[in-house]
Amino acid sequence: MQSSTMIAEAIENQRRHEKRRWLVLATLLFLLLLSFIFDIATGPSLLSLNDVIQALLHSIGAPVEVSRTTEVIVTNLRLPIALMALVVGGSLGVGGAEMQTLLNNPMASPYTLGMAAAAGFGAALMLYVGSLGLSSQIAVPIGAFVCCMLSASLLFGLAMMRHISSGQLILAGIALLFLFQSLLSLVQFVSSPELSQQILFWLFGSLTKANWTNVMITALVTGVCVLILMKDAWKLTALRLGEERAKSLGVNVTRLRLKTLILVAIMTATATSFVGIIGFIGIVAPNIARMLVGEDQRYFLPLSFIVGAFLLSSASVLSKVIVPGALFPIGIVTAIIGVPFFFWLIIGKRR
Amino acid sequence: MLQAHNISLAYDDLVLADDMSFSLEAGKTHVIIGPNGTGKSTLLKMLFGDVQPQSGAVRFNDQTLTKASLPQWRKQFGYMPQDIRLDVGLSVLEVVLLGQLNALSLKLGDSLLEEALQALEQIGLLHLANRDVRTLSGGQCQMILFAQALMRKPDILMLDEPVSALDLHFQQVLLDHLDQQTKQKGWVSLMILHDLNLAAQYADNLLVLKGGKVVAQGAPRDVITPQMVEQVYGVKADVQLDGLGVPFIRTQRRGANAFMTMKASVTPSVVGKDYVS
Repeated sequence: MQSSTMIAEAIENQRRHEKRRWLVLATLLFLLLLSFIFDIATGPSLLSLNDVIQALLHSIGAPVEVSRTTEVIVTNLRLPIALMALVVGGSLGVGGAEMQTLLNNPMASPYTLGMAAAAGFGAALMLYVGSLGLSSQIAVPIGAFVCCMLSASLLFGLAMMRHISSGQLILAGIALLFLFQSLLSLVQFVSSPELSQQILFWLFGSLTKANWTNVMITALVTGVCVLILMKDAWKLTALRLGEERAKSLGVNVTRLRLKTLILVAIMTATATSFVGIIGFIGIVAPNIARMLVGEDQRYFLPLSFIVGAFLLSSASVLSKVIVPGALFPIGIVTAIIGVPFFFWLIIGKRR
Repeated sequence: MLQAHNISLAYDDLVLADDMSFSLEAGKTHVIIGPNGTGKSTLLKMLFGDVQPQSGAVRFNDQTLTKASLPQWRKQFGYMPQDIRLDVGLSVLEVVLLGQLNALSLKLGDSLLEEALQALEQIGLLHLANRDVRTLSGGQCQMILFAQALMRKPDILMLDEPVSALDLHFQQVLLDHLDQQTKQKGWVSLMILHDLNLAAQYADNLLVLKGGKVVAQGAPRDVITPQMVEQVYGVKADVQLDGLGVPFIRTQRRGANAFMTMKASVTPSVVGKDYVS
């Protein structure tokens, strides 16, 4: 009798714990919505929040009257960029979260394993060879995507070997990072100053390259990858107990590792090929999510997405308001807000 | 019945199994003892299908372990590896639940939660259910992982040094529970222990491993002898039987006596007798 009340109580506590985590998810989703609306409102012509909300409602078919200018600014110019910030931020957040899970290391992200550097090299190479006759708007993303996947497939090969530890995988990734960074430098070294400038600008990372087509592609790819990862939520949670223990629970660790690595590579390659290199979200977002909801992937994974999306979206707002009229490359802004936060995270952990 | 037939397993020049065969009956607790580095843990991994032997076969009832049968094979195991660190942001309840990994969905039903909580209750740790595992001691982690292994509802339960971090009370809780469940549910239970007294108390069948061979096997009272202890561990020990016929052993200190033994060339057996009397 005594024990059954204790069991009921423990279930009650668990349910409360779950509710609390849902609340965290909802709160951050609300913050994300706010930054999204701010992101649309800010720009060369400042819109009122009210106008933005009305225009958004109008665009999803609600019977609201909006001025033609506002409608054009919102749906044609700002909405793709703001949505791209959400999707790319989210995909970087999830990519980082799963890399950290896979490699059992809170400092890991797709960037640590050289995926971004490889994409950068691919883009630079395409600019250098003159896009192979295609328009550079198509050729550069393709180059970035292909190179990123090529570099990642070296990792896939390693991950398939049975007795490669996560530590060795990280080492291999870091080696690839250096390799592609030097190759990138090489391309810049042999390019003309103008071309070098162009490459540098691509590397900064910028959401202004967003349009409806590439937003839709990125959203579709990210959506599918995230859903597949969600299906493995419990297995990924088990992986965090250590590879040996995950195996003892019946997880096919080699297969899960390969599958996750491929999904993350596809997401990263897609996002990076359209917006360039945006650092730090992949590391910071999962760490925030972990502090807020722990490592039950049912919450950790979606929250990493939401936090990543929120960070990039607010960085986008910031990049427009730091110097009014000028647009800072967002890749610079994220690292600047990311680094102090990161230090706080490291020091805060000791308390 | 879990059987190993003519297993040979070696890393470079280190022979872990040399044409080794044994069979482990269901409903009994089998305990492996042996010196460090003789491949006890590797043997468990081999039975689990994580390490492939160079030759030989492993069978459980009418199944044979092959690469293709591996997923099905592992479903029958509860396996608790040696490493007991739990550095992950999960609650105790969540860690125990992972034992039923294949039954978990995005929404957790009450019945699974209840099952996990009962597993905790049986080993006296229900009060920890909602704690973050990072706040637990090493011994508590070890008990939680035992509960996780129980959650798997195994046919074969393999525990690699399951009491290495436990205090006297929890050693008894774990081993008593294991013994009782093994007999009641007809599990093949196999564990590695270093404490020969615990091994003597809880083993139905004791396997002594050394140099890739099972050098002795059988009931503890037949296996644990001063000769075996000296031969396997190079340690002199006195072995007596308690009132229940279970052997208990006490090792003799190296040190002054051993030193004198060498100097004065007194025969070890004489020193042994002196020590006992």
